Amino acid sequence: MTETSIGKTVPGARLSAASLLEKIGGLDLIIRLFVVAALCLALTFATPKFLTEGNVLNVLRQTALLFLIASGLTLVILTGGIDLSVGANLGLSGCLAALALKATGSVALTFLVAISAGAAGGLANGLLVTAMRVPPFIATYGMLWVLLGLTYWVMGGDSVHGFPPNFRILGSGYVLGIPVPVYLMFVFLAIGGLFLSRTRWGQEVYAIGANPEAARLSGIPVQSRLILVYTLSGAMAGLAALVFLARVNSAEGDIGETLTLPAITAVLIGGTSLFGGIGTVGGTFIGALILTLVINGMNLLSVHTNWQPFVTGVIVIIAVLVDRLSHQK
Amino acid sequence: MADVSLAHRATSRFEIRAPGIWIILAALLLVFATTTPRFLSAANLTNIGLQSSILLLLALPMTLVILTEGLDLSMGALMALVSMIVGLTSAAGYPVPVSIAAGLMVGLAGGILNGLLVAKLDMPPFVATLGTLGMAQGLAVVLTDGQSVVDLADAIPAIFSVAVFGVPLPIWLSVAAYSVTHYILYHTQFGVSIFAIGGNRDAWKLSGGNVDRCLIGVYAFAGVMVGIAGFLFTSRMSAGHPTASLGMEFDAMAAVALGGTSFEKGNGWLFGTVLGVLAIGVLRNGLNLLGFPSSVQVVSVGVLVLIALFIDGLRSKP
Repeated sequence: MTETSIGKTVPGARLSAASLLEKIGGLDLIIRLFVVAALCLALTFATPKFLTEGNVLNVLRQTALLFLIASGLTLVILTGGIDLSVGANLGLSGCLAALALKATGSVALTFLVAISAGAAGGLANGLLVTAMRVPPFIATYGMLWVLLGLTYWVMGGDSVHGFPPNFRILGSGYVLGIPVPVYLMFVFLAIGGLFLSRTRWGQEVYAIGANPEAARLSGIPVQSRLILVYTLSGAMAGLAALVFLARVNSAEGDIGETLTLPAITAVLIGGTSLFGGIGTVGGTFIGALILTLVINGMNLLSVHTNWQPFVTGVIVIIAVLVDRLSHQK
Repeated sequence: MADVSLAHRATSRFEIRAPGIWIILAALLLVFATTTPRFLSAANLTNIGLQSSILLLLALPMTLVILTEGLDLSMGALMALVSMIVGLTSAAGYPVPVSIAAGLMVGLAGGILNGLLVAKLDMPPFVATLGTLGMAQGLAVVLTDGQSVVDLADAIPAIFSVAVFGVPLPIWLSVAAYSVTHYILYHTQFGVSIFAIGGNRDAWKLSGGNVDRCLIGVYAFAGVMVGIAGFLFTSRMSAGHPTASLGMEFDAMAAVALGGTSFEKGNGWLFGTVLGVLAIGVLRNGLNLLGFPSSVQVVSVGVLVLIALFIDGLRSKP
């Protein structure tokens, strides 16, 4: 630990401006913040509905949900992997949690069910990728359908709705005029940022993504770190499921289906490279904000919601292209 | 070149490459034949064949895609778009051949787009095809605001049940599709380059192989097959449907995995995919007859793939 902090402060003393830029995420981050500013400016001029208190809080709340799903996914993508099952994992853990809440009324048990169900799905992904050596995109894509099938099996086409107010605070409550999920987002932004930049495990995640073979040779337990990131991604999907349930106040089999593509898109717009080793959780926050602003703008400008998958599909391809052009020589 | 053609000869020889799929197929047949009286009836076996024919049209090109270490996630969504285009052109009064041509063109265009993204822009296949999945799904829903198109020309539903020499047309089509794919994979330069790209892309590039052209070819071929599958699907449903085919690429991928094609190193077996498709057809049909919902079927397909991977993993471990 001491070595890394020395390594960071010494060049910083010499080239303070450049190092400051590096510390906050480099030129990439500045460009992304400009995109956010430009989107906000454009939407402010385009529609008077954008810059209202209700809408701004709504954008923040949507960003928070997307960020929670995408933050765990960021860790997976940093290792050079992918988790295509986050949305389905959110769906299953959300439905199980909703059933537990309805049956017992215990908020603590609901939390336990959602997060452990999510983590279990993630753990299964991790084991497939490591022990059975299935490429991540295939393992997690297969898991997507298995989890979706399990969800429909559990729910049997029914829906669960009407949760107690002490649970609903999590998704629709306010503290000092700010939605509760937004606090949750900043807590996990801080935890994720510290984990990646200040802990040994976080550094190892980058090392695995940059060069798995070199990481293995330098003594990093690659297999168990991979299992860890997939499990964390699943657990975050479980947590996001709770926020989602508390917000919409109902659970159906299909709640997670449309969330995977936006989550991946948010991570990629945030500058995390699909090829591993490059990216930050802070970037993912900006990415989630950009995507949410685009979707919010489309809603405010009365573009039909049917267009959202198309637009998200185009954005994800553009994001990978930018990644390709900026990180690969 | 020499070692490439050697590898290609070794993979084309008929041998028990994946014991898992034989065990699974035999076990499934045994279980359903003993538990379900109607299972072995001629009508039901024909039904399995008909259902499998559409899946085979997707699983064959999926095998080629996976051999190049890729994946095509857009198949089900592209099929939905094809189905909508076939439905809308037919509902607008165009003759059936025009609908077929339009559907094939949409499939081909989607496939070429995938190929260009993967080859020319060097994007990882799963994310490129995830992007086109979103686009195709979005367009399919936008076209009619999510409504299915039912007023088709009578000839379109009729095509699915036409029998030639007593065998339904879709089954003939899937036999033809297998033959064409087998020929392409094992008897052409294109097939050699598919194995070579999966085996060692850089070596193939250095030895003068055209990787980009091969990849675009593979995804374009997948697009055409999706076009045919989309038309047959529309014919079977008697409707252009914007969502019913979503996720069919999961069954296709599962069939390839069941059939013993490895996801790495260009190690694959086309006939294994046929067995994989049959296993999934038998499983879904049997579970259907026993009254299990499709959610249970999806989970069972996943479990089946795990079992196959496990059996084959046991064998390949040193």
